[in-house]
Amino acid sequence: MSGVRVLVGTRKGAFILTADGKRDRWDIAGPYFAGWEMYHLKGSPADPNRLYASQTSGWFGQQIQRSNDGGKTWEPVGNKFEYDGVPGAHKWYDGTPHPWEFARVWHLEPSLTDPDTVYAGVEDAAIFRSTDGGQTWRELPGLRGHGSGENWQPGAGGMAVHTILLNPTQPERMFVAISAAGAFRSDDAGQTWRPVNRGLKSDFMPDPTAEVGHCVHRIAMHPSRPDVLFMQKHWDVMRSDTGGESWYEVSGDLPTDFGFPIDVHAHEPNTVYVVPIKSDSEHFPLDGALRVYRSRTGGCEWEPLTKGLPQRDCYVNVLRDAMAVDSLDACGVYFGTTGGQVYCSADSGDSWAPIVRDLPAVLSVEVQTLP
Amino acid sequence: MIRVVLPAHLRTLAQVQGEVTLAVEGPVTQGAVLDALEAAYPVLRGTLRDHLTRRRRPLVRFFACREDLSNEPPDAPLPDAVASGTEPFLIVGAIAGG
Repeated sequence: MSGVRVLVGTRKGAFILTADGKRDRWDIAGPYFAGWEMYHLKGSPADPNRLYASQTSGWFGQQIQRSNDGGKTWEPVGNKFEYDGVPGAHKWYDGTPHPWEFARVWHLEPSLTDPDTVYAGVEDAAIFRSTDGGQTWRELPGLRGHGSGENWQPGAGGMAVHTILLNPTQPERMFVAISAAGAFRSDDAGQTWRPVNRGLKSDFMPDPTAEVGHCVHRIAMHPSRPDVLFMQKHWDVMRSDTGGESWYEVSGDLPTDFGFPIDVHAHEPNTVYVVPIKSDSEHFPLDGALRVYRSRTGGCEWEPLTKGLPQRDCYVNVLRDAMAVDSLDACGVYFGTTGGQVYCSADSGDSWAPIVRDLPAVLSVEVQTLP
Repeated sequence: MIRVVLPAHLRTLAQVQGEVTLAVEGPVTQGAVLDALEAAYPVLRGTLRDHLTRRRRPLVRFFACREDLSNEPPDAPLPDAVASGTEPFLIVGAIAGG
């Protein structure tokens, strides 16, 4: 029987949660790398036993860990992330120039076809690639260098490439998203990039429709329809039907259009999930009730999903990389909270149950569907 | 032999227990000890000093003989007691919350 492996990164270590296809009884393994911030773990689509993990510490910097056995054992690989050429400067919080400095890897995106190729989205915002299983890393400098980099500015959490999307049918096309710069697209496998933010409107900017400066929190796509993108922005849920050429708002009847994660059902390209969060600055669910919202119409019309989720006194957040879907016949949806809960729905969101309740604050959730 | 005490997280990373002992060629300086440490345990590269600038990471401290040597020049000699192996060179994660 097929099963799932859920990879959970937390503020104080990583955990691996496994279950069979019913997804009702779970084995919890970990903590791995106890005490370290585990920003993100992700498996290779080409070899599910090949995992990559970003291990980071304010004291001791960055490590990249690699597993060849589905997370049973790990080995540290390369941790040298050196910007290409003279790094230059971006804008600091106060608007003054600030030199580009590597801080950590936020997101690891393994190639769809080669287990040894993996992309890293880093803070300060840049994208790196390894083609030797993480041993060595080289920046794809066309992103920082395309022209607007000096105007990028950090959001409250830092200035990072936090989203990397690879197009399964057009391998040269990639998307990244940066807080707070916006969305960017490459059509030549990462060599050159351009902003793709037309239609976004951000009132915290002097020019709300400027080409860059938008605080994009997350982008998602369905692999069968890679030109359709869904975006959770720092206010506004957006959609593009043109590979990012233009965007339109699909927040519709959401109770608040602020949030961090967004994801798409594995088998229904028009079914989208968000977790509305109260903002600005509170960053917890409205009215203390944790609700996932689902649209089956590609946006605009949303329904609250509450069964099994706490509907009172809940003041956790769900961070941008902390939601994922599996691809079993009955699509599973997963998310983790800053309160340490990881929830699973084995029925596309109709009902939820906690896999685990008391982990450290969850930074990221990924899921692998295993044969 | 030079004795080096690593913080717990780096002992785990380097897969060592207790003190590390290192042979250092030439003058026993902070830089020479760190070079020898990183040569023996490459996984520690980047954890104590920045890969590029070679500067000490801000929340890493170097102590020996009850003195804070963190801001000493990398090429300054370490105390004789460290050079002779009588006292260890302590690498410490600064107390900084979290």
